[in-house]
Amino acid sequence: MADLKTTVAPASAGRTYAIIAIVLALLAALPFIADAIGQPALTSLATRISILAIGAASLNLALGYCGLVSFGHAAWYGVGAYVVGIMYRHSVSGDPFLGFSIGSDQLLVTLPLAILISGLFALVLGALSLRTSGVQFIMITLAFAQMLFFFFVALKAYGGDDGLIVRRRNVLPFIDTRDGPTFYWVCLFFAVAWFALMSRIVTSRFGRVLEGIRQSERRMAAIGVSTYPYKLACFVISGMGAGLAGALMANHARFVSPDMLHWTQSGEFMIMVILGGAGTLFGAAAGAVVLIGLETQLAALTEHWQVILGPLLVLMIIFTRGGLSGLVRLLRGGRNE
Amino acid sequence: MSEPLLRVSRLFKRFGGVNATDDLSLDVCVGEIHALIGPNGAGKTTFIGQLMGEIRPDAGDIHFDGASINALSTAARVRRGIARTFQITELLSEDTALANVALAVQAGQGHSFRFLGNAGVDPSLLGPAREYLTAAGLAERTDVRVSELSHGERKQLELAIALASKPRLLLLDEPMAGLGAAESRRMVDTLSGLKGSIAMLLVEHDMDVVFALADRISVLVYGRVVASGSPAEVQADSQVRAAYLGEGDA
Repeated sequence: MADLKTTVAPASAGRTYAIIAIVLALLAALPFIADAIGQPALTSLATRISILAIGAASLNLALGYCGLVSFGHAAWYGVGAYVVGIMYRHSVSGDPFLGFSIGSDQLLVTLPLAILISGLFALVLGALSLRTSGVQFIMITLAFAQMLFFFFVALKAYGGDDGLIVRRRNVLPFIDTRDGPTFYWVCLFFAVAWFALMSRIVTSRFGRVLEGIRQSERRMAAIGVSTYPYKLACFVISGMGAGLAGALMANHARFVSPDMLHWTQSGEFMIMVILGGAGTLFGAAAGAVVLIGLETQLAALTEHWQVILGPLLVLMIIFTRGGLSGLVRLLRGGRNE
Repeated sequence: MSEPLLRVSRLFKRFGGVNATDDLSLDVCVGEIHALIGPNGAGKTTFIGQLMGEIRPDAGDIHFDGASINALSTAARVRRGIARTFQITELLSEDTALANVALAVQAGQGHSFRFLGNAGVDPSLLGPAREYLTAAGLAERTDVRVSELSHGERKQLELAIALASKPRLLLLDEPMAGLGAAESRRMVDTLSGLKGSIAMLLVEHDMDVVFALADRISVLVYGRVVASGSPAEVQADSQVRAAYLGEGDA
């Protein structure tokens, strides 16, 4: 994508890989660093950030690359989490679900299922939502997400608005997921894998079509591209990523509740994407780090932390133009659109 | 003469009380340049919109290559072989000229549900894209972002993109509007180079260009064809002189 958008010096590609390698090494060493500086809670925070970065990156594919302003991203995140919660509940009780034995506490079973089911929800609701565009699309995705929120609030069999407790994390063969650092590495692995996949997708032919759709649907039609199937595919991939994030979060927090589907969660994903820089690959990760980092730090200072965070976010977005990615570009002396 | 490539019969479109297209019948033969002229507000752009399927006509029939295309979407019509350029350019302004054309080449190569290979370095996309840019006179400007191209260069890029979908019929909506003298001359050269291989419906105000390129001219006034024929016939038509040419020469 970079070669198409701007003329980049060839040396910068090598430097990008070097930076990625260093960042990955630091991230992998994070539990040791956290212990060494006497802040073991940092590992848990980093786990949370890795998971939310997956969710933000998948929203970024729809919002940043394809221009689909989905305000219902938390729905797929919550559905992924509930798949883990419900399967865990059945694995403990042994009760069948509609005559099927669906219980499982195997991460290798629950995770793919969570991704699949979130994707199915995104497929059905996206197929309807994508009949609209603009503000209507924002409102209809919000409405569908709130519908699912109230569905889980009313779902007394699985805890209703009290949620579901996942007493023990899903297990992996040969890997002890109950250990904090180990589970962090598991989440980090999935986050890295998801970002690697996204980086391939956004430069692919499919990704080019998404960027074209964001810039001008009329142009895309005039070159013979029917945009609807591409938007739907993008929406489903985005939903699957959110499902993966939700399933990991259910394991990390060992708790699932309708709050995960609440519109404020959708808003939080959106803030991460915009803060980091919509339509830039690592913007979503940066947005997750800064937003969750700020939340944690400010919450430690005062219980009215939101009063500080809100204006801070507004200022950051106004002055960096294009979020943190815009800031990086400004600092490197590049242009800002 | 064989069946024309494009045959429009008795097309009607009303916007409120205005007849934008009023009983319009017209055809374009294979390889022919058919110019459509008329005063502002005559309904020329609305007509192109209907040919492309962006605007639904109220009544009438559009046949392309022997089959009715009334029910087809814009994208499907493009895949059948109709392409257009926009009067007000409609480009991917964050991308380079090359990326814009490469995407059109990609669209012509079948579906784009390919998720892994890097499209930005794919020679099967960039090679043809460079050729179309060269054909449109933009060989030196391939790596420049659209937002930094001049107005004339954007018009040229519109043409390169339209050519990239390998059309059999090209709908040109005022390709010369806003071009300088040199740019305009280059555009005429490009179009006359394509003459014969691609049929064109040329909407244009510049009469010198129209008379230089067109095989046939139709004059549209208030959505209605008031005259149609060879350039010499149209020039001699008194109704046309009153409605249009006299006003245009002033």
